[in-house]
Amino acid sequence: MDLKDKLLSSFIAFENNMDLDHPVHDVRSEAIKNFEEKGFPSKKEEAWKYTSLNAIQKVDFSIFPKKENTLEYKDIKKYFLHEIDTYKIVFIDGVYSSYLSETTHDGVDVCLMSAALTKPQYKQIIDVYFNKVASKDESLTTLNTAFSKEGAYIYIPKNKVPKKPIQIVHLATGNEAALMLQPRNLVIVEENAEVQIIERHQSLTGNEVLTNSVTEIFAAKDANVDYYKVQNDENTASLIDNTYISQKDKSVVRVHTFSFGGKLTRNNLNFYQNGEYMDSVLKGVTILGEKQHVDHHTLVHHAQPNCESHQDYKGIFGEKSTGVFNGKIIVDKIAQKTNAFQQNNNILISDKATINTKPQLEIFADDVKCSHGCTIGQLDEDALFYLQSRGIPKKEAVALLMYAFANNVLESVRIPELKTRINKIIANKLGVRVGFDL
Amino acid sequence: MLEIKDLHASIEDKKILNGINLVVNAGEVHAIMGPNGSGKSTLASVIAGKEEFEIKKGSLALDGEDLEELDPEERAHKGIFLSFQYPVEIPGVSVTNFMKTAINASRKARGLEDMPANQMLKLIREKSEMLEIDRKFLSRSLNEGFSGGEKKRNEIFQMAMLEPKLAILDETDSGLDIDALRIVANGVNKLRGKDNAIIVITHYQRLLEYIVPDFVHVLHDGKIVKSGNKELALELEEKGYDWIKQETVV
Repeated sequence: MDLKDKLLSSFIAFENNMDLDHPVHDVRSEAIKNFEEKGFPSKKEEAWKYTSLNAIQKVDFSIFPKKENTLEYKDIKKYFLHEIDTYKIVFIDGVYSSYLSETTHDGVDVCLMSAALTKPQYKQIIDVYFNKVASKDESLTTLNTAFSKEGAYIYIPKNKVPKKPIQIVHLATGNEAALMLQPRNLVIVEENAEVQIIERHQSLTGNEVLTNSVTEIFAAKDANVDYYKVQNDENTASLIDNTYISQKDKSVVRVHTFSFGGKLTRNNLNFYQNGEYMDSVLKGVTILGEKQHVDHHTLVHHAQPNCESHQDYKGIFGEKSTGVFNGKIIVDKIAQKTNAFQQNNNILISDKATINTKPQLEIFADDVKCSHGCTIGQLDEDALFYLQSRGIPKKEAVALLMYAFANNVLESVRIPELKTRINKIIANKLGVRVGFDL
Repeated sequence: MLEIKDLHASIEDKKILNGINLVVNAGEVHAIMGPNGSGKSTLASVIAGKEEFEIKKGSLALDGEDLEELDPEERAHKGIFLSFQYPVEIPGVSVTNFMKTAINASRKARGLEDMPANQMLKLIREKSEMLEIDRKFLSRSLNEGFSGGEKKRNEIFQMAMLEPKLAILDETDSGLDIDALRIVANGVNKLRGKDNAIIVITHYQRLLEYIVPDFVHVLHDGKIVKSGNKELALELEEKGYDWIKQETVV
């Protein structure tokens, strides 16, 4: 049985355990219909031209883990940003782990999607927000919607700021030979509220894992959202991350995507601007080696006047790794005075590494500033010689230049400990010490 | 200290150096002058070890050790320093962090531990004050957005930090106004000593009024065509390079 058939038959079993009178039941049923019709995307589709899911579909994934698994915190501490105090929503093989988590209902809700989807007190919010910005058309998103059950639920009421950042951590124990996970997150940040979220998917063994994640983020007027995606997984873990963001007037949403690991990673990051004077910030650092593959597909839809978007993706590709950057910007006719910036710079450090980069601008307004630039290059030989002539060995000089290349993307990281951690991962990934405190 | 014998070097099969002979001893300052395209900067790059230049013939040695097979960083560890004509901009690395990396890399090559942070800061403060460099400047990205003069001053700051045995100053005077020139020259002169040597590459005699050379060499078509003392620089300033070219033809 191929993966699609397996998923379709699993859906029946999945629904049997659910409350069929709950309105989300209808949403799931609609969603599975869409997936049944469309199936997994193929390379024939323009949006999937450079990323093949063929191999993944041949793997015999467990759709639901057979038993509950436990882990000791000391064994997995390193996957957390443990240097600072945070709220934590932790899942082991897709199942919520209460003893590894620290949730709250103190002024803000940092808790579980399973609770939000079933308990009456959340019904009103679920009715307003759930599956409202996520695509009802894109097959993998609808697949996730069909199986939506568990994930993080974060609700920040008007004028509130949580006491500390929130970490969402998905751990895969490897107790299943191959496991498919479909977390579903919902983040609602009301007027003039703020939140900082760090998300990580981590496999603990070399067993195959496929995660098809959907996150919906709603930023109301004057809301401020920082979302950090740390993708540094094992080489047997694949991730399809579908993130949908709806922004209102004067809100600022920044999404940083740090892609250092995994086998195949596809980031579908979609910003929908539904108001004026807002800013959408999309930043990415990708450092790959071996046969790793990362595909960044971004969309920024400017639907109202006087808004900005800033995209800056940097990639360093070694060995036989491949990268894709496809950045789409739509500026509607009424969205005058839009400022949309997009930059994608890449360094290939191996003859066998590949990057496909494509800006896609659809501009229907006439009074806008849109700039985009893609570069693909090797390291600057003159800069390398300059550093070497100061006594810095070539290997360290290369690392320093690559570090410097990626560095400006980190400028906008607003959690210093996270910035340090990412810097260390970068230094580690580049395999050298850079000679000063990161 | 530095011994160059019949050195021929090319880039992409274009011959640039055609038999350079030069001996620089400890304690000496040599000036190399010459018209554009005579090979001055190439000579500097070849000594520092830039890979794109290929040595076709001849040899260069520092303290009796052949340099040809050494990487630029190994030459730096042996005490060679090149002040670049066009210092490269490195966004994302501050001047301070760059210096820390460079100094500790050299120390590591010599089997020493990293320099303690307080000692490093003291050294940075001392040397930046000597060159009248603003503290704020040190936290800026290396050379990024620096004026021509700031870049050159920063080169000499690096030289002061690294205390090289052999410093090659490639047109360090270009882009400097008279005050900056005096500060830079003063910095260089403070580094002069009986154990080290300096090669000053310049078009103009102006810098040599401040950094007074023991020897002046004229480079033309990749060869040293005339050598003399500091008076030669004055003569060149007065007559230009044409008389040298004519002399060479004869």
